[in-house]
Amino acid sequence: MDKKTLTFVLMDAPYENSRTTTAFRLIDSALRKGHDVKVFAYEGAVALSFARQAQHPNAVHGRDAAQEDHPNPKEWIVALQQAAAQSGSKLEWMNCGLCVDERGVGEVVAGVTRGSPVDLWKWSEASDNTLVIATR
Amino acid sequence: MANYLLIESRDPWESSDTSSWLELAASLAREGNTVSFFLVQNGVLPARRSAKSAGLTALAKAGVEVLADEFSLRERGIDAGRLADGIKVAAIDVVVDQLAAGRKVIWH
Repeated sequence: MDKKTLTFVLMDAPYENSRTTTAFRLIDSALRKGHDVKVFAYEGAVALSFARQAQHPNAVHGRDAAQEDHPNPKEWIVALQQAAAQSGSKLEWMNCGLCVDERGVGEVVAGVTRGSPVDLWKWSEASDNTLVIATR
Repeated sequence: MANYLLIESRDPWESSDTSSWLELAASLAREGNTVSFFLVQNGVLPARRSAKSAGLTALAKAGVEVLADEFSLRERGIDAGRLADGIKVAAIDVVVDQLAAGRKVIWH
């Protein structure tokens, strides 16, 4: 297999739409196949990497936070970084800086950077292909 | 001529614009392009034999490769044996492979 560089553009905020799950599945597949992946997150998707996401209890079902084991997308990003390391591929994750500032989600998990639409354009130019997963 | 992969994530009972997406795929195929049509999320709902599956079967007969995401089908309890004619089950890896192959991939 030839190693390719693929860029994914995400727009959805976490916890809202199954597009986020599908995007993570696509990125995971690409990394496991050994491709290099660039992810540009903008609008609500910049909150995917927010470091202050926290698990919570579920009072309705009488479960504490550990029992509930509620998944948070920041952990999925870390898992993707680990998958990249295992497969010898490279994962770069960049948030739109203006979108981050608007939402106050500047504290991010390690390895996530901030940039601008210009960086997305440069990434897309340098990639073999780009998939935009936009909201409606 | 070009190679296309159109991804349909929307439920036709909820989003009437899915018919436009079907027509786009059919038009591209008529023009001689190679076209795949990948159903994912609630987009797989019409893959089950139903009032909305005829369009997908017609697309397959027109030479478009119509694929339904295995994970999305499983999430919704749709068995492969209940799929309409012309629709094949596929892993999401297909999308990555076609991206890597340089296809024009468009999400809906």
